Amino acid sequence: MGFKIIGSSVNRLDAVSKVTGKAKYTNDFFEREMLCGKVLRSPYAHAVIKAIDVSEAKALPGVIAVFTSQDLPKLKYATAGHPWSIDPKHRDIEDRMILTDKARYVGDSVAAVVAQDEIIAKEALKLIKVDYEVLPHVLDPEKALEKGAPIIHEERPNNIVNDFGNEYGDYEKDFMNAQHIMEGVYDTSIVQHCHIETQTAYAYIDTDDRIVIVSSTQIPHIARRVVGQALGLSWGKIRVIKPHIGGGFGNKQEVIIEPLVAAMTIFSHGLPVRYTMTREECFISSRTRHAIKFSLKTALTKDNKLQAIHVLGISNTGSYASHGHSIIMSATSKFRPLYNFKSFKIEPKTVYTNLPAAGAMRAYGVPQMIFALESHIDDICRKLDLDPIEFRKQNLVSVGHEDPISHVVVRSIGLSECIDKGKELIKWEQKRANYKEQTGDKRRGLGMACFSYFSGTHPVSLEVAGARIILNQDGSVQLQVGATEIGQGADTAFAQMVAEVLGISIDMVHVISTQDTDITPFDTGAYASRQTYITGAAVKKAALEVKNKILTIASRKIGLQIDALDINDATIIEKKLGKEICSLGEIAMEAFYDRTHSHPITSDTSVNIRTNAIAYGVTFVEVEVDMKTGVIEVIEIYNVHDSGTIINHKAALGQVHGGVSMGLGYALSEKLMFDEKTGRPLNNNLLDYKLQTIMDTPKIGVDFVETYEETGSFGQKSLGENPTISPAPAVRNAVLDATGVSFNKLPLNPQTVFEKFKTEGLL
Amino acid sequence: MFSIKKIYQPITLAEALEIYTSNPQLKIIAGGTDVLISLHHGKLDDVELLSIKNLTELTGINYLTDGTIEIGTMTTFTEIFRNEIINKYIPILAEASVSMGGPQIRNNATIGGNICNGAVSADSAPTLFVLNADLRIVNNEGVRIVPITEFYAGPGKVKLQSGEILTHIIIKKADYKGMYGKYIKFSNRKAMDIAMLSVATLGKVKNNKFTDLRIALGVSAPTPIRCTKAESFAFNKTIKEELIKQISEKTLLNANPRHSWRGSKVYREHLIQVLTERALKEIITMSGGKWHE
Ligand SMILES: Cc1cc2nc3c(=O)[nH]c(=O)nc-3n(C[C@H](O)[C@H](O)[C@H](O)COP(=O)(O)OP(=O)(O)OC[C@H]3O[C@@H](n4cnc5c(N)ncnc54)[C@H](O)[C@@H]3O)c2cc1C
Repeated sequence: MGFKIIGSSVNRLDAVSKVTGKAKYTNDFFEREMLCGKVLRSPYAHAVIKAIDVSEAKALPGVIAVFTSQDLPKLKYATAGHPWSIDPKHRDIEDRMILTDKARYVGDSVAAVVAQDEIIAKEALKLIKVDYEVLPHVLDPEKALEKGAPIIHEERPNNIVNDFGNEYGDYEKDFMNAQHIMEGVYDTSIVQHCHIETQTAYAYIDTDDRIVIVSSTQIPHIARRVVGQALGLSWGKIRVIKPHIGGGFGNKQEVIIEPLVAAMTIFSHGLPVRYTMTREECFISSRTRHAIKFSLKTALTKDNKLQAIHVLGISNTGSYASHGHSIIMSATSKFRPLYNFKSFKIEPKTVYTNLPAAGAMRAYGVPQMIFALESHIDDICRKLDLDPIEFRKQNLVSVGHEDPISHVVVRSIGLSECIDKGKELIKWEQKRANYKEQTGDKRRGLGMACFSYFSGTHPVSLEVAGARIILNQDGSVQLQVGATEIGQGADTAFAQMVAEVLGISIDMVHVISTQDTDITPFDTGAYASRQTYITGAAVKKAALEVKNKILTIASRKIGLQIDALDINDATIIEKKLGKEICSLGEIAMEAFYDRTHSHPITSDTSVNIRTNAIAYGVTFVEVEVDMKTGVIEVIEIYNVHDSGTIINHKAALGQVHGGVSMGLGYALSEKLMFDEKTGRPLNNNLLDYKLQTIMDTPKIGVDFVETYEETGSFGQKSLGENPTISPAPAVRNAVLDATGVSFNKLPLNPQTVFEKFKTEGLL
Repeated sequence: MFSIKKIYQPITLAEALEIYTSNPQLKIIAGGTDVLISLHHGKLDDVELLSIKNLTELTGINYLTDGTIEIGTMTTFTEIFRNEIINKYIPILAEASVSMGGPQIRNNATIGGNICNGAVSADSAPTLFVLNADLRIVNNEGVRIVPITEFYAGPGKVKLQSGEILTHIIIKKADYKGMYGKYIKFSNRKAMDIAMLSVATLGKVKNNKFTDLRIALGVSAPTPIRCTKAESFAFNKTIKEELIKQISEKTLLNANPRHSWRGSKVYREHLIQVLTERALKEIITMSGGKWHE
């Protein structure tokens, strides 16, 4: 498309400051006499709190405050990081309080302490006496649905958060006329984000009597609103500041500790209080990924076309709704623009259990759905002796496909080309043939899996984004956005967009990376892989406004029409002749200091995007299975993405590397475990929770098929979450190819593989 | 923030022993990679520490004139796996050492701490068991030497009295000369993980017969163990595929692995056999023996 800076691999703006340690994260900021907050957590999975005695804790020297739910307003609020909905029917479930009056999982927050230091705070926790009446608990969502199951929230005595679904087409008829009907059940485990920086924030009351919160969040503007709601305060009384953040992956698209630190400072005379979760707390008391069990049933025509699908899903949301039903709704919507089903019936259920609350995690339910779907597709192909690649290709949607429910339209799709690339990269034909008849202890196999994903949340949620640009005297600019840099490289992509539009170099764009709800434009933040697509539109709009103002001055000065002018290399040129007229700096100086016309150039704008763009991709993988120990080794892996225009190749590569490694952990080793009898977490630490290390990560091959998406401000679609989606089913399909065994539950860790090999008679 | 009440940092062994004798409540800290974890878990609140980090008497790896190898307990795993003496004479210990944690941990973690911590998963243990390592333990009154095979008392427990410091690990020439070894650590990750199971084998092969074979297991019983029954069964028998299988099966006569959420008993027993078989084949190959007909 003839871009200069879009598409080039400029270095991340924050690269040097991050690797040199100069970049400041929440815990790098200090206030004088900062106090330390701690939380008393329930040892029981389900218990009524009959009484709490905090008198001894309060009396401990060095303790500033101890408080419980009794001391707080009885306000239930929703914690999910979604834009507020003016329509009450569209709101998230309000089932949380800052501190609870009933324990619903092991780790539920029962009381809070503020003390001079961490040691005193911990000591004080031990002095709090809680009288619990232990109730029966339930961890399995299917059991939670049974009659007589423990009731977790009075408001929802059947433990169902929601069971709203979708239906389209003549589903019954399609099944009746089907040539083949295939069925399969696919299950996933609870996993966690494991961002390096755990949830952390500090708060104080400033001289204007407002609460200031510095927090590691993906969603500062939403955090401000939720703090207001949780404490019953006017939203303008709250100011949230977001510095650099050490990862989020969706776990900071949730307002988890900000209302609590706000309460901590309120109970401590407005003194600054910091609360940082330990890793052990973070595992259970932030959020997890929903375990979802999908039962799929598909109808195929004579010529092996996918005709209809029935999806039954049970999503375990744990003790609080958090993002609740949105997760399985996202899962069951975002797969639809992949294969051309003529009809479908989707019956999802989101269920409470006495487990840590599940929330948003990279790709928002879609990895679960795509694991089910893509495993199912391979099972179908195996059963009907079809080529899994050809079968998929024959069933893909094409440009113009419109989802009958969301009405999202496919305007660009490069998936077929992605598949061809991946197939070639891994040498599919040759290796599949070679690995046909293996008998040894180590067997190899190849697998692949496709996915579709959205760019942002339209039409489910509001998609608003703001951007502000200020032109400096030297022609450089400041860019301010409400969207957040959370390691994905958004700031750099935005800077490239501004540089592209304004015809200036990347080092002339200064991005103000810190968000401060008092001064940054409104944007709901980093989630749903929305920012490059949604905020990118606001950034382009703001840059065009600035450009227009610059050229207006230039036109006045020179006498040529605005249309006849352009900016190139920070110089005003006459477009047609390419003739240089004057420097951008000269125009900027006039904007600032002209005695008649002085009017410094800024833009401050926002967009409300009402389109979505479907991104695609595929994983190809080769595995080696140790038939004796059950260890699966990934030999080669390639992710090929259609994300429209790639704004920055180097940054995109990094994004894919991280996403694939997350997907491999999901496939092979990660699983948060709980004791059935007590509901206690067994492995809420990084030793026992098997997050993969760099030594476990194979070389990850990455490629792109660059389509041009008309609705993207520069032809771009999403890429942030996408790379995590398809590795797990691709690995599972490769293991099927190598061993003939279909694994229908994640992860495929050695113990599980061993057990399955035993039941299949392979050991 | 750790709840440490006090820390002593003597610079000679004599001084350390004196402080320790008069303050028997002290907890020794070497590299701290186990001690700090206990502190983090609230298991050592208000602890008073005795740091042995500055005791030069406890550092270094020495090759004595009679071929005995002496390893100071403050030697880190990085130092061990890079050491020339170790790599030349007892490469199996280098292999075990580099399987530990990650670079940062290996730079701090000491072999003395690994032994004294008493973990059934300690990566140095199976190897030191097959090497028949002796431990030199000192207190204010003198020195005692204990074979490592008799040092472990149970999970997380070793036979050390208050006032005692482990100073050296001693490996005699007869225990490594002409022997080939292989350590296999089985864990869910390739780094930063503790063993779910571990096997060390050390053997001498003559005329395709085991003239000496030692097998030790980690995470297979309440302490690291030697598989004495399998060892004596193997003695002087001609090596064949079938024999390797039988030896591996006989390891279970000494093993008694736990069933837990970290790994089932059935799986662990299976792994013991599979890994022993693989380790044996490696040392047979190294020794120039063969198991194929
Ligand atoms: C992230 C991480 C990864 C790890 N990975 C592994 C692994 O892969 N394999 C493995 O085996 N271990 C592993 N460990 C455990 C630990 O690193 C080792 O056990 C290490 O060798 C302990 O040595 P240290 O010097 O740090 O001991 P310390 O923590 O200082 O001490 C350990 C114990 O030994 C006692 N002690 C220490 N030295 C002496 C002495 N000379 N005389 C008497 N008593 C003494 C101490 O009082 C304490 O009880 C890991 C730990 C961490 C934190």
